[in-house]
Amino acid sequence: MNALSVENLGHSFGSRRVLDGVSFAVAQGRMCILLGRNGAGKTTLFSLITGLYHARAGSVHVFGQAMDVNPSAALAQMGVVFQLPTLDLDLTAGENLHYHAALHGLDKASSTERSIHELERLDVLDRVDDPVRALSGGQRRRVEIARALMHGPSLLLLDEPTAGLDVPGRRALERHVRELCRERGIAVLWATHFLEELTADDDVVVLHQGTVRWAGRADRLAADLGAASTAEAFASLTGAE
Amino acid sequence: MNTSHAVRALNGILRREMLRTLRQRGRLLSAMVRPLVWLAIFAAGFRSVLGLSMTPPYQTYVLYEVYVVPGLAAMMLLFHAMASSLAMVYDREMGSMRLLLTAPLPRWYVLAARLLASVIVGLPLVYLFLFVARFWDVRPPVFGYVAVFPALVLTGLMLGAFGLLVSSVSTQMENFAGVMNFVIFPVFFASTALYPLWRLAEAGPVLATIAAWNPFSSAVELIRFALYVRFDPVAALVVLVCLVAFFLAAVIGYDPGRGLWSRRGGEG
Repeated sequence: MNALSVENLGHSFGSRRVLDGVSFAVAQGRMCILLGRNGAGKTTLFSLITGLYHARAGSVHVFGQAMDVNPSAALAQMGVVFQLPTLDLDLTAGENLHYHAALHGLDKASSTERSIHELERLDVLDRVDDPVRALSGGQRRRVEIARALMHGPSLLLLDEPTAGLDVPGRRALERHVRELCRERGIAVLWATHFLEELTADDDVVVLHQGTVRWAGRADRLAADLGAASTAEAFASLTGAE
Repeated sequence: MNTSHAVRALNGILRREMLRTLRQRGRLLSAMVRPLVWLAIFAAGFRSVLGLSMTPPYQTYVLYEVYVVPGLAAMMLLFHAMASSLAMVYDREMGSMRLLLTAPLPRWYVLAARLLASVIVGLPLVYLFLFVARFWDVRPPVFGYVAVFPALVLTGLMLGAFGLLVSSVSTQMENFAGVMNFVIFPVFFASTALYPLWRLAEAGPVLATIAAWNPFSSAVELIRFALYVRFDPVAALVVLVCLVAFFLAAVIGYDPGRGLWSRRGGEG
């Protein structure tokens, strides 16, 4: 069974068509990069996958649970890191994690245990009692990933998680998530417009102007399109110079 | 949704509201100073201008300060409800609303929990104000402080549900600033919070009719009667019906299939 399967998804805001006939799947334990320029429809796609609103057409299934029929069961298996930071700045890192754990129904003991475990895993345990306001951008992102993992999801969604980070910060974050994917078998959907975040073994979905232009293994992207490099292939798919 | 999950989520939401409120000292202070300014300055000035006849629940002629305190308590709840829904719009712009809405719980439950938490956090300040008002010789019977509790909760929920509804249709902070002006001031001034209905009728029958139909007037009267250990069933019914109506409308506003959000989008 696929961790995430998106079938023929379409959505418009008023008369503006944002997504059209989008279909792809993320297999269990795989890292899938959703590649698209700004305005490609990535964030709308994330909103539909997380059930923020329903799609006008098509369906989203998370481990076989339909998002519009049984959203709670689907959401329980999903960890999400949104594009915009969603931490409470006045609360400490630990308090933010406990809040999330409570929303997912974890008791106090397991909430404490898991928060220590996840923050340690992401190298931010020493900041657990600091207000989020005092943390750097990279540290905040790591706290958000730790939070998304609190309830032990099998699917992790990240919407441009490296936006606003410097190059070492981006590399570190990417490394952390790849380790999670490898060690815990978590399926990952990672939206980005940075080509350098791809590795040869990743699955790739190229989204442009609301439609899927190409999907497959990253190392086949260039060959498939007869391009000299992945960058050239991506440019030809998205009509850029 | 099982019961222990529901209770834990409610606790978590309540705890977050408390921590946030306690850490925003400026907001706490201004919430406390606002009604005191009205009581100490506005009421003192109006005391000589406004002669008040005996109106229920008062059994004697009362000073203007005595008349205005229940209205000011309701005003505190109104400001609190609007500040809380402003926070929701802010949460939504900043994204933390998404966190709440992607919790594996029914959306109506999440919204109800957020509403209840906000009211619980707002109540201690209202009580503090009622006790401080004793220094202005506003001294309702001791049991009145107990009797007013359900009235305050019901009013807080009704106003909070209204704020929730406003936040569900308001897509931007800028819109919301306008809503504050167009909501708080008319709702407050066109009510029985500052002047009794017969006074408003003298000023103009239209204003009196608006005030009579304003649910905020019902909330004020419910609090006023309860504070003097009397029950105003019509006011209670109006507040309850409005609470249900506003909450249902807000749930529709946040519904993933029908809400305005899915039509307007907003974020990329």
